[in-house]
Amino acid sequence: MSESSEHSADDELTPAELIARLEEAWMNEKFSPELLENKSEIVECVMEQLIHMEENLQRVKKGDIKASVHRMEIDRIRFVLSSYLRSRLQKIEKYFPHVLEKEKSRAASDPSFLSPEEFAFAKEYLANTETYLKAVALRHMPPNLQTVDILKAVPEPPLDSFVFLRVRERQENILIEPETDEQREYVTDLEEGAELLQDFQSCETS
Amino acid sequence: MFCEKAVELVRELQRLGDGQLPAFSEDGVRQVLEEMKALYEQNQSDVNEAKTEGRSELIPTIKFRHSCLLRNQRCVAAYLYDRLLRIRALRWEYGSVLPTAVRFHMCAEELEWFNQYKKSLATYMRSLGGEGGLDITQDRKPPKSLFIEVRCLKDYGEFEIDDGTIVLLKKNSQHFLPRWKCEQLIRQGVLEHVIS
Repeated sequence: MSESSEHSADDELTPAELIARLEEAWMNEKFSPELLENKSEIVECVMEQLIHMEENLQRVKKGDIKASVHRMEIDRIRFVLSSYLRSRLQKIEKYFPHVLEKEKSRAASDPSFLSPEEFAFAKEYLANTETYLKAVALRHMPPNLQTVDILKAVPEPPLDSFVFLRVRERQENILIEPETDEQREYVTDLEEGAELLQDFQSCETS
Repeated sequence: MFCEKAVELVRELQRLGDGQLPAFSEDGVRQVLEEMKALYEQNQSDVNEAKTEGRSELIPTIKFRHSCLLRNQRCVAAYLYDRLLRIRALRWEYGSVLPTAVRFHMCAEELEWFNQYKKSLATYMRSLGGEGGLDITQDRKPPKSLFIEVRCLKDYGEFEIDDGTIVLLKKNSQHFLPRWKCEQLIRQGVLEHVIS
């Protein structure tokens, strides 16, 4: 995982920079136990990029060696993009009641975790699953047992799982929380390029 | 003992690793629902007696039956939900048309859930990017080579590849085809990747 610094929305990205951002989002999403902020701008730009590349490919003569290289690159980028979106969808499906709850309770000014389409998908998934459980079993149960608390029934993402971090910018005075009773909290500086192993929950806030 | 049937349902799924989907146990679920009905009715009458005749010694039994009811509900919900997760995986493994053998193992409500899920997924994938969307059920492995050698495992018929050429996929024939076109057919068992 990388701790990223903010880029202004007006930055023009070269294709190489765009793909680098996609790969960073992909790695972060893959290794984070929780759903991260959605990056629809990156997704849209990459899709546009892929369309341009496919168009360019049509104009290259058949059998030209360039065609294979371009084809390979297109496939590579499409794989990373698909994998990124799949990671997200899998987490949305796995933790759907919590994902929807989090989205419902965020402030209007906070960035959304879900794209509008992911949000629609999550709501449909919830409705579909609830309808199914009701139809096949719950409605046949005694009156006081016809509902299931879906938030309690579906497990939450494991936020205390450990992740690897790489520090991109030097950070000073980071507080490390104690984990056992014998340890004490301490303050440390993080150098650029340093790599650490930490539980996800602590690094979310730092 | 109570809840035996419910626990058996859960065990049946636990035994089958690999995400296999056994036939829907209509009988099993029905038996659990019947047990729940009986427990509930016994509790109803005991609760009335406890209230009207002050028979508070009935309360532990009432509480016990209530725990059994909750356990039954939990087990049935777990059984049904775990099956849904396996059914969801089928969409990603086989595509939107399920093999008939698998369909026979699903009850009507599960088929309905699957149809709704397919639709939701399709709507989502179509919305990606500007035109046409992106099929994220493809490209499951990082691309290693452009073309792969495949052997046809069953008669499939004609198959068109990007430049318009049509390939006849007859059982045991071998072809050198673009990898991205073959992915789904390999997963469906029509083609086999030959790694020399």
